[in-house]
Amino acid sequence: MEARKIVLPGEVVCERKGRKLGRGVYEVEEKILTKFLGVLKESEDEVDVIPLAGVYLPKIGDKVIGIIKGVEVSGWSVDINSPYTAFLPIGEGVEEYVDVGRVDLSRFYDVGDVIFCRVSNVTKSKMVQVSMKYLYTKKLLGGTIVKIFPSKVPRLIGKGGSMIDIIKKKTGTQIIPGENGLVWIKGENVSKVIEVISLIERESHIIGLTEKIGKMLGE
Amino acid sequence: MENIADKYLKGLIEGGRRSDGRKLDEFREIEVKVGVMKNAEGSALVKIGDTKVIAGIKMEIVEPFKDTPEEGVLKVNAEFSPLASPEFEIGPPSEDAIELARVVDRGIRESRAIELERLCLEPKLRVWGVFIDIDILNHCGNLLDASALASIAALLNTKIPKLENGEIVRGKFEKALQVAFKPITITVCKVGNNFLLDPSYEEEEIVETKLSFGIRDDDKICAIQKYGSKELEFSDIEAALDLAVVKSKELRKLLG
Amino acid sequence: MRKIEVELGVVTRANGSALVKFGDTVALAAVYGPAELHPAHLREYQTGILRCRYSLAPFSVEERKVPGFDRRSVELSKVIRVAIEPAIFLEEFPKAVVDVFVEILQADGSTRVTAINATNLALISAGIPMRDFVVACSVGKIDNCLVVDLNGIEDNFSQADINFAFMPNRNKITLFQGDGQLTKNEIKELISLAKKSCEKIYEVEKGVLSGKYSRQIS
Repeated sequence: MEARKIVLPGEVVCERKGRKLGRGVYEVEEKILTKFLGVLKESEDEVDVIPLAGVYLPKIGDKVIGIIKGVEVSGWSVDINSPYTAFLPIGEGVEEYVDVGRVDLSRFYDVGDVIFCRVSNVTKSKMVQVSMKYLYTKKLLGGTIVKIFPSKVPRLIGKGGSMIDIIKKKTGTQIIPGENGLVWIKGENVSKVIEVISLIERESHIIGLTEKIGKMLGE
Repeated sequence: MENIADKYLKGLIEGGRRSDGRKLDEFREIEVKVGVMKNAEGSALVKIGDTKVIAGIKMEIVEPFKDTPEEGVLKVNAEFSPLASPEFEIGPPSEDAIELARVVDRGIRESRAIELERLCLEPKLRVWGVFIDIDILNHCGNLLDASALASIAALLNTKIPKLENGEIVRGKFEKALQVAFKPITITVCKVGNNFLLDPSYEEEEIVETKLSFGIRDDDKICAIQKYGSKELEFSDIEAALDLAVVKSKELRKLLG
Repeated sequence: MRKIEVELGVVTRANGSALVKFGDTVALAAVYGPAELHPAHLREYQTGILRCRYSLAPFSVEERKVPGFDRRSVELSKVIRVAIEPAIFLEEFPKAVVDVFVEILQADGSTRVTAINATNLALISAGIPMRDFVVACSVGKIDNCLVVDLNGIEDNFSQADINFAFMPNRNKITLFQGDGQLTKNEIKELISLAKKSCEKIYEVEKGVLSGKYSRQIS
């Protein structure tokens, strides 16, 4: 199977030619250099390197899985598998009006609860806010969570959701991948799904992986 | 974090000027006083501008190191006492204090200013230990150059105590400690594309990279240390070295 | 130069790790983070911080080394940190910390540069954003000859030695530390020798990294 090209920090990968720079590259005198050990992604309008390792650093719009780690005065602190703890303010977590003087916030989310939320704000000094006010956001009940490299999540989802759809269909299991590397799984075939996910993680830079997984699950 | 005061200083230096009117390669006024502590075998107080450093030498009889059974022992220690600056904290020597002491140590040791083999009393058993203790009294920048200068000045002022029945008699002396060379340490600071000598405390805040050279009377380089979290160009090294060698001659004159 | 051996990912609990051998000198580096920094008052609001801790295992040297943090380790920890810092995009993770622990398991000269090479490889495997590699080696003068990669005996008998690290693509120096008696010309010659040697080490390290990850693919 054909592999994508592996690049290393400091490597000059191409000329900029007016293109947009992704997070994985930087520019020195019109030349584009790599920041990470990763795979080069070069197109007509953008150059980026997808890292093969590293922790999750939040950015606005990310759909992440969070675990409530504290109930505070005006909201909840949320572990998002990152160096930065996120905050879910009451207004972003609950639709109704809450009188904080009377209501115990743990009624809505308690320590250990799992949520699928959206990163709604990240300040320059990395104050991270998450929100539950989107159509897809929800509290996740039961199931289990596995950790994968955040950089491998797009591979798990596949183009237009192709990969994850196959897995869901063939295993009849609910899977919600967070862009922060936490994947929530619930259903009959959890162990099979975990097996597939770890295969994807190991072989994420192979071209034609979706077909391979499809075959594996089809057997 | 860069504040407006730092930006101002940087702007000045880019224009070749400094806030106290000095040229970029000019030291503040230096004063060297020796024999300032009566209980030490040798001592020196060095002032560079408002920076004040005292170095005291104590000579003791010690066991030699196992790998050098016929050599005296040289030890350099630096104390950044909290009395000298709000940045200095109570507790064991900080990383910076230890680094400073070790760089001063190498400047003296590697220059062979003190011939340690002459300080052996009984091989494997008893040798002279030369203890250099550096005490910062006021931290207004350029502690390393001041500490190194105080140390060599104190060594030049050191007398070996008299021995009677193998014991030290304090206050009586055999002879002066032989000092073969006068190594001088010069730290060259890089700010933008300019080199700066003898930074003040405020200037040190904006220095990103420093190179220190321990330089002997014959211009041989005995110790080199790069400081700071920024990188250097290859061409920086030669330029910094040339500047340091010239300056070392000036400072050496102060030792008489 | 002595034989260089590299093994990646030996500390599986770490975000990245590397075991590097230069002849009989063996250094193991592990990288944790970026992680939340505690206590909070140590946090820097505009940049992440790098912490390094270099240590010698008690059994790594002939005479047992008393365990713990001695003055040499304190200085070398700092020297290694400032040799690595210029290469890291610390500003990308404000308030957070990257911890590097590097231990010399067996010492036969050139331990700090071996430690820097191990640290660099561990950081890259940990996915820390970096401007470039930091490649290090030692050079010195023995019997008036210039030599590279000093072992323990050479270190003891050398007239002078320089520890050197640089970023091979950016062509910038990040470590420059020397002892002994050298003329200006000798320093110049040693720098160019060190640079050439680092370029060779760089090729070896690149080979190991891309080898490991390409193997993962096929």
